[in-house]
Amino acid sequence: MPETQLDYKIICRIIAAESKVLDLGCGGGDLLRLLVREKKSRVQGIELNEKAIYKCVEKGVNVFHGDMETGLKGYPDKFFDYVILNQSMQETKNVDFVIEESLRVGKKVIVGFPNFAFFQARLRFFFKGKVPITPSLPYRWYDTPNLHFLSITDFMDFCREKKITVLEKHYLGRHKPVGIMPNFFALNAVFLITRETA
Amino acid sequence: MSEKEGIGIVKTQYFTFAEPPQDIKLVCGQKLGAITVAYETYGRLNADKSNAILLLHAFSGDAHAAGYYEGEDKPGWWDAMVGPGKAFDTTKYFVICSNCIGGCKGSTGPSSINPKTGKPYALEFPIITIADMVNVQKQLIDYLGIKKLLSVAGGSMGGMQVLQWVASYPQLLRSVIPIATTLKHSPQQIAFDEVGRQAVMADPDWRNGNYYGYGQPERGLAIARMIGHITYMSDESMEEKFSRRLKDDNYSFSFESDFEVEGYLRYHGDSFVKRFDANSYLYITKAMDYFDLSNGKLFPSGTTADIRFLVIAFRSDWLYPPYQSKEIIHELKMRHVDSTYCEIESTYGHDAFLLEIEEESHLIRHFLNATYEQAK
Repeated sequence: MPETQLDYKIICRIIAAESKVLDLGCGGGDLLRLLVREKKSRVQGIELNEKAIYKCVEKGVNVFHGDMETGLKGYPDKFFDYVILNQSMQETKNVDFVIEESLRVGKKVIVGFPNFAFFQARLRFFFKGKVPITPSLPYRWYDTPNLHFLSITDFMDFCREKKITVLEKHYLGRHKPVGIMPNFFALNAVFLITRETA
Repeated sequence: MSEKEGIGIVKTQYFTFAEPPQDIKLVCGQKLGAITVAYETYGRLNADKSNAILLLHAFSGDAHAAGYYEGEDKPGWWDAMVGPGKAFDTTKYFVICSNCIGGCKGSTGPSSINPKTGKPYALEFPIITIADMVNVQKQLIDYLGIKKLLSVAGGSMGGMQVLQWVASYPQLLRSVIPIATTLKHSPQQIAFDEVGRQAVMADPDWRNGNYYGYGQPERGLAIARMIGHITYMSDESMEEKFSRRLKDDNYSFSFESDFEVEGYLRYHGDSFVKRFDANSYLYITKAMDYFDLSNGKLFPSGTTADIRFLVIAFRSDWLYPPYQSKEIIHELKMRHVDSTYCEIESTYGHDAFLLEIEEESHLIRHFLNATYEQAK
């Protein structure tokens, strides 16, 4: 069995056993299957890509075919213990709406995203004057699915502005977590956020 | 005849029950009995009877879902999906398909003999609903000794019956597969049905339903079917299939059928009247029009039992558009129901559920397998 990717391991560690989990942009359902096996989670995925739907069904993972905005509608408040937006937030048009809705239907939200301020990206931009291509941002300017580019600092600012509570922050290098200067050295970040209700 | 691949030669079976005075009471309040159900089975029921799947046919379908009748070259309507190694794998599952009541393919319907008069029921046949069809199927399942169905699956009107099974007998189901269907008939769907019925009833040969012994109201029924066929295709699939191609090289400058699409509709209209009873057309379309499980009626007891759902729609289906399948999903979302929804990219329109075999097979095979493993 291939080694589990680092972000999956971290997300799997964050999630409490037997939780209800919604994964927005769940792809082929690998993370959800992992959560079912390791954490006995009750899972639901939402995914736009039809081929990925077939992969989910192969794995026995429940999935709804559609976009995140529509997918979130219809769930009661705090219906899920966790809503996951792993590497999918930057691909949705209405980030604001999707995060707010995720915080509404989920008690906690896990957001994983590529860090645009990774040092290689900075160097490439500074010295070559070219748009960054890094292991976590492997696309060229004309074929990237990413609509939004953000750094770890940007996301922290966003949470502060929106009065979102950050419960946990995880910074990921290529193979292991990053300790120092994450906005410079981390390829990816995983945040656990919530909106505390009065 | 050469060996046919798949299931091989099959035979329709018949089950008769509700002999008077044990007639069953229908939703409309009237009674019906005796009732005969035509059905076929494929594969073998396992020892603990946990591998049974019920297939429900669409509007003009029948119990002959798979295999061949002796001496015939055309297989059943879902043969591509049912058989050894296929989506509904008959080496693993016991598959049942029955003809709905109100129909004309062996189950009791308006063309059957009314035991009270010794003549065909015609319009004395009571109005039936999708729920009545399902109640009759339940009797068949009881008769076959099955306590729990691994799955109930069907497209279009078959999908409505699937949903009705959920509403009527949730405790009997492990999973359901409603395909290209809806929780309720929309005004557009009712409108098409009404035009079809009016076409039948406007034909003087209909004789207020008492045409048995005289011949069908062929023109009216053919027109109804032609309209139906348009709704089963899509603009795109019609462009691809016919474009503006002519049957001959030139316009006839008459009202003969010049275009291939005209020929196609006429052919299907004409062949339909040879195989389908005009009164059945009226009764079954009415049953569909009365169908409405919206606003929580899908789960009348409030509980969802433990049913897994696989809901399938097709992007170009404008008769039962994907938004109607999403309405089913909406009902499931709030209730913690294990469910999957897939909208298959297809240009075939509503017909896609009989044609997009590869995609449907992939989804259904894995979904059934997961359900079966869970149940063990």
